[in-house]
Amino acid sequence: MTARAEVKTVTQVQTEAAASWNPRISARRTIGSIWQWIFFLATAVAIVLLGMLLWSIIEPGWNWLSWHLITDMPSRKAAQAGMNSGIWGSIWIVLGAAAFSFVVGVGTAIYLEEYAAKNALTRFVQTNISNLAGVPSVVYGLLGLVFFVQWLNLGRSIAAGALTMGMLILPVVVIASQEAIRAVPLSLRQASYGLGATKWQTVRSHVLPSAMPGILTGMILSMSRAIGETAPLIVVGASSLVLSRPDGPLSAFTAMPVQIFNWSARPQKEFEHLAAAAIIVLMIILLTMNTVAIILRQRLSKRNRM
Amino acid sequence: MAVQTREHATPKVSSSNFKQNATAESDEMVVQLRDLNVHYGTFHAVSDVNVEVPKNRITAFIGPSGCGKSTVLRCINRMNDLVPSARVEGSILYFGQEILSPKVDPVEVRRRIGMVFQKPNPFPKSIYDNVAWGAKINGFKGNMNEHVERCLRQAALWEEVKDKLKESGMALSGGQQQRLCIARALAINPDVILLDEPASALDPISTLKIEELLRELEANYTIIIVTHNMQQAARVSDKTVFFSLNERRQGILVESGPTEKIFTNPDDSRTEDYITGRFG
Repeated sequence: MTARAEVKTVTQVQTEAAASWNPRISARRTIGSIWQWIFFLATAVAIVLLGMLLWSIIEPGWNWLSWHLITDMPSRKAAQAGMNSGIWGSIWIVLGAAAFSFVVGVGTAIYLEEYAAKNALTRFVQTNISNLAGVPSVVYGLLGLVFFVQWLNLGRSIAAGALTMGMLILPVVVIASQEAIRAVPLSLRQASYGLGATKWQTVRSHVLPSAMPGILTGMILSMSRAIGETAPLIVVGASSLVLSRPDGPLSAFTAMPVQIFNWSARPQKEFEHLAAAAIIVLMIILLTMNTVAIILRQRLSKRNRM
Repeated sequence: MAVQTREHATPKVSSSNFKQNATAESDEMVVQLRDLNVHYGTFHAVSDVNVEVPKNRITAFIGPSGCGKSTVLRCINRMNDLVPSARVEGSILYFGQEILSPKVDPVEVRRRIGMVFQKPNPFPKSIYDNVAWGAKINGFKGNMNEHVERCLRQAALWEEVKDKLKESGMALSGGQQQRLCIARALAINPDVILLDEPASALDPISTLKIEELLRELEANYTIIIVTHNMQQAARVSDKTVFFSLNERRQGILVESGPTEKIFTNPDDSRTEDYITGRFG
């Protein structure tokens, strides 16, 4: 008797509860699909803009693509002008900037995340690093001009350009590396310390290998930025007419974006086409560089998933 | 219970579920906690804990959630040093030597007192490297292949992994991963092994394997295990330490003694309430 009475009570409660519910399932679904369309449109706008951008370059530049554009040196005559010295200059600068910012940036990130005490000073440093990431690139150019070109007496050299570019991408490399290091699970560190590992052994064998894919992602983004930056190189002193490829860190240099900027500023129509063709070459090199970096990252993270 | 299989050198006649080599007065104490207090920032987490851990025995720390038993365990190998806000006061003697002293290097402590964590956490490396790494960084100079095999055999994992030592430790099942973590802890040749709820993330069969394993390891190692599972404490441990919370939510030690006594005839009513499930 008691059991049956209880069952009845539960049913009553359920009936009463149903009255105070209004699931509105179809309305919820409609709202969901409206948002889906908004996100789709946002993506579509981005893709259309990207397509227009690509077309505005490929349309005038495609017919001007040729081997001699890649192998020849710049010239005053459009028909003979190439960008060989610019390609080599950009490669030197990007690799130099990447090496500099990797060593200094990852080192800074390791120090801040693993060693430094979390106090007002490190918070101050942290805030400043984040702010530096937003400083206009021409300011880095001025810094490079004063510090590398004049004080360190590097002159208007490829070394000064690479170091300036390294400074420019350093904040992004530091922040990306810090985030990657912070994402390494505590359990992994505990396992290592629990075996009597020192801090350096833990960082070297576990934290860095786990963080490396994330660090490389930051490097890829930074290098893509470095290859396209023009203003700081002009301030540091890239020449637009360099007739030989760089033969050492102290040689004069030009770079692809400087070359493109110079050509597009010329009055002759031919140079506009040449500039568009040069942009295509720059994008192909950028894409190749990123592909190599992504393959490297995937191999690293596969090894680390072991 | 079915797991009661072990024969001891001096078996006492008993039909109970408990292990029969209960702690004797003459046991050498490996770890002694004296008036241990732990603070996290302004929170006084553990208050005045005194525990003696006998050599080559299994000591279980039991008690309700938040009673500080894991915190106490993590003091013994100075893992709380890694928590910036933690402050540990009192004394922990390891073979009579103070290990909380700032002069003592925690790296040296952890090399002697190994640890296995609640959630299996093998390194994202091969099974072989998981075991070999700890030995390598601590300067092991012998034959590494033999050492890895010996540790995996001690952890009752060798037969399952001997043909795939180069494969990832992460690819093993949860129970195998935890035994790999035990093998990894054995590989640094510790005297004491701390286990922080080592079976709580595992299924019953894996749990059973870990328990059998612990009883084999007991001959050569001093083991301290934190567990939520009272049956587990009753099955595997020689000594039980019961922690609880006082009215200020601080972890305190209520009672400790031979496991059989704690589970059948506790002195404190709080212990009895917890053991019998009236509080928990």
